[in-house]
Amino acid sequence: MKKLILALVATTAAIGFAASASAQEKAKICFVYVGSKSDGGWTQAHDIGRQELEKTLGDKIETQFLENVPEGPDAERAIERLSRSGCGLIYTTSFGFMDATVKVAAKFPKVMYEHATGYKTAPNVATYNSRFYEGRYIQGQIAAKISEKGVAGYIASFPIPEVVMGIDAFLIGARSINPDFKIKVVWANTWFDPGKEADAAKALIDQGVDVLTQHTDTTAPMQVAAERGIKAFGQASDMIAAGPKTQLTAIKDTWGAYYIKRTQAFLDGKWATTSSWDGLKDGILTMAPYTNMPDDVKAMAEATQAKIESGELKPFTGPLKKQDGSVWLKEGETAEDGVLLGLNFYVDGVDDKLPQ
Amino acid sequence: MGIIEAILLTVITAATPLVIAAAGELVTERSGVLNLGVEGMMIIGAVCAFAATQATGSPYIGILAGILSGTLFSLLFGFLTLTLVANQVATGLALTILGLGLSGQIGEPYAGQSGIKLPQIVFPVLSDIPVIGRLLFQQDLIFYLSIALIAGIHWFLFRSRAGLKLRSVGDSHTSAHALGINVIRTRYLAVMFGGACAGLAGAQLSLVYTPQWVENMSAGRGWIALALVVFASWRPWRIVAGGYLFGAVSISQLYAQGNGFNVPSQLLSALPYLATIVVLVLISQNRRMTMINTPASLGKPFVPDR
Amino acid sequence: MRIELEKRPKVSLLYAFLSPVIALCLTIVAGAIMFVFLGKDPGLALYSFFIEPLTEVWSLHELAIKAAPLILIAVGLSICYRSNNWNIGAEGQFIMGAVTGSIVPVVFHEWHSALVLPLMLVMGMIGGALYAGIPAFLKARMNTNEILTSLMLVYVAQLFLDWLVRGPWRDPGGFNFPVTRAFAPEAILPEMLASGRANYGFAFAILAALAIWFMMRFTLKGFEITVLGQSERAGRFAGFSSRRMIWFSMLLSGAFAGLAGISEVSGAIGKLQPVISPGYGFTAIIVAFLGRLNPLAIIVAGLVLGLTYLGGEAAQISLGLSDKVVRVFQGLLLFFVLSCDTLIQYRIRIVWRRVTGQVTGQVTEGAH
Repeated sequence: MKKLILALVATTAAIGFAASASAQEKAKICFVYVGSKSDGGWTQAHDIGRQELEKTLGDKIETQFLENVPEGPDAERAIERLSRSGCGLIYTTSFGFMDATVKVAAKFPKVMYEHATGYKTAPNVATYNSRFYEGRYIQGQIAAKISEKGVAGYIASFPIPEVVMGIDAFLIGARSINPDFKIKVVWANTWFDPGKEADAAKALIDQGVDVLTQHTDTTAPMQVAAERGIKAFGQASDMIAAGPKTQLTAIKDTWGAYYIKRTQAFLDGKWATTSSWDGLKDGILTMAPYTNMPDDVKAMAEATQAKIESGELKPFTGPLKKQDGSVWLKEGETAEDGVLLGLNFYVDGVDDKLPQ
Repeated sequence: MGIIEAILLTVITAATPLVIAAAGELVTERSGVLNLGVEGMMIIGAVCAFAATQATGSPYIGILAGILSGTLFSLLFGFLTLTLVANQVATGLALTILGLGLSGQIGEPYAGQSGIKLPQIVFPVLSDIPVIGRLLFQQDLIFYLSIALIAGIHWFLFRSRAGLKLRSVGDSHTSAHALGINVIRTRYLAVMFGGACAGLAGAQLSLVYTPQWVENMSAGRGWIALALVVFASWRPWRIVAGGYLFGAVSISQLYAQGNGFNVPSQLLSALPYLATIVVLVLISQNRRMTMINTPASLGKPFVPDR
Repeated sequence: MRIELEKRPKVSLLYAFLSPVIALCLTIVAGAIMFVFLGKDPGLALYSFFIEPLTEVWSLHELAIKAAPLILIAVGLSICYRSNNWNIGAEGQFIMGAVTGSIVPVVFHEWHSALVLPLMLVMGMIGGALYAGIPAFLKARMNTNEILTSLMLVYVAQLFLDWLVRGPWRDPGGFNFPVTRAFAPEAILPEMLASGRANYGFAFAILAALAIWFMMRFTLKGFEITVLGQSERAGRFAGFSSRRMIWFSMLLSGAFAGLAGISEVSGAIGKLQPVISPGYGFTAIIVAFLGRLNPLAIIVAGLVLGLTYLGGEAAQISLGLSDKVVRVFQGLLLFFVLSCDTLIQYRIRIVWRRVTGQVTGQVTEGAH
């Protein structure tokens, strides 16, 4: 009997050892998604990033993910489950996962966490975000060149700083080319409802905009723009398939660059908490090819992109006025990141009242 | 194209799936069966229509696939509620849950693909009539079908013998049974018709409204269709009125926003729902009308005595 | 071949116990077939679904958290459905309960007192009840169908919450993100045990189920609900008012949904955010029927359904099963339970017709 117990203990220990050994060989990198991994928008972009990560570091890591995780107690459970299942580094990819991430992280000090688009950090919680607005600025410049009427339509989702920042950057870009440029904004109150997005696109086009941009995730607005024969910008991924003759460019969320960088640091034992806000130069967002536009516009867009990448041009640089006419940034002054991350006002020239 | 005409065109596209799904549910409910699974049948129709179109290149085959899949899916509901007399409310909800899951599974490979839009069928001469011509005679097949459906259902329910039988089953299944009408068979057919219409409505979503497949793309439209049936107090032509009214309310808020109209967008988004409640209340005030039209045995199970 | 039903002289107690077991077995068989088709090991899949979440203490706590709102809402709904009041807007009442209860910690955040939490819970119940009072009023006074009004009000409640957290109630120190300020510690529903996160919301759910079970079993009100539910006419003869029953059942279920809402917000989330429920109000309808509208069975049903969510995650991790498969699996479970319940009240006979040429248009199950 004693022998049997001993044998059992030995076997268990061996299994335990084998398990930990294999865990050391391959680190487990995990992802929590708010949507479905094939949603064609936000979550899919993250999942493509995950696949790139696997392709690049596949011999050292394996990845796992949970999709369609609702924000709230379910997120806390999902993150805890991953933490317990041996994940070494967990990316939580929605703003609404912020508190859940911080809470679980406090319980698992040996697991590292990276939370997208939030602002709470801890010794084992880093945050990351992408300067989408740099792309919006370029889009604004292109729109001002392309539009004959000088009015762009903007399909917005929800009035969070991220979206407001995009609208402002777009207009600032456009006005750097055409000081009288206007944008019309429609709040669809959804990230993801092709029908509603299409209706919003039609409403804007019917009211005379001749270039369209969207901060919602489906390709429906692109399809409508194609049908009506106007130009449009894609969002989150390259939407050229939905509008081969329509898409001017698109802001592609290319999280892979960031995931590879940070996971490599994790593997090297150099991971440390940070609040990173990468931009075009870091490859966390990329512009889809500039298409369906004259060569001079394309050249201008490429030049602007190069200037942003080199740091020579910062979109939020004064002189800028707020919508109410008061001065926001003086000549040459640039906006601080802290202000941008909480942005809740329009710059002068937006033809809309910001929902409060 | 004038702005009014443009708005109306958008409204028609938005309202057509609601009208079609509601028309089918109306027939189902007239037979005394309450199928709350419209959303589930619709999304199944949408994904199957899209998949078939991508596979064959023909949106017309897509339409057929949508109708067929909706019908098959409704049979599941029919089997449970009619043969096994399970609770209709619970089964309908279960159908919606299953439909949303299943469609996501079927549609996974199609996400992100650009679909083929159902072509317009232009009636010569008629389409040249100002305004009306563009709105009514330069549309796609599903729009024409929606109007034909309503006219056909009206004729069927109130002019045909079979329709009379169907209504009598919905009003009192026991008396209908006593008169020798096969209650269960009638109801099966009515449920299948409802499924076919919901499938067609789904096909409209993925072939006309937005020619693509996106998970959960029905986005609650099946529930609106259910509300429309009551809104219409079970009269076919009122579905058209209700559907277009609902479409108009939800579309006009987008146009109002584009004009810089300052009201919380959430309130504007809530308007269609509030309007539906108000109209439901107004309609139910007319007790005589509701009593005449409401199928008396709606939602009640029937088990023939032997 | 066709299927005929024959009503049993009285409800079969044997099948009342057996039917869920049969349903579970059928689901397991169907699920196993589905997993084989997807190229996954069915044994491992079923283990992940039903056993793995039960093997760890923290996971049991999570189960309690997930099941608590489902049970609490479903118990209230069972009273509605037993008395033929089809409230399907519990989701909205859940939200409005959470919103009303949150007035104290959000608007009067400087008031610190031991009374905060009890007051929040009471206000949550009142908020949910009032919101359910709208369809109740419309049905009792205006004769308007409650299925649709209660459903429409769900969307209105969701948009209202959205407006609140993006507008007037937005956390002034939260970088403009759409959340309210975090609740103060005395506004947080405490955890029950030191071993995990489960809070007193689960206790509320169990207490509510027991209370309603007692009411249905031993009080005149319970009898009234049963009689009115079976036949409004019979109820009238017995001197019961169906109109009063509309109010009673709708307000009660609204209050329970509201309590579930404020418990969820104060216990598990700790603040208000644009979306506070992944559809608890709708899932609870299923739970109510899985539990056959019996409060004690609803506890079990709530736990089983909660288990499939947890198990779904476990299966995603261990097998890489898609989240959609999980939902299909849940759908299957519901269908089997609903169909097996027929056995309790009916005898099922399969009639083989010898007569040729008789096609009866019946269908067989299993194709889906």
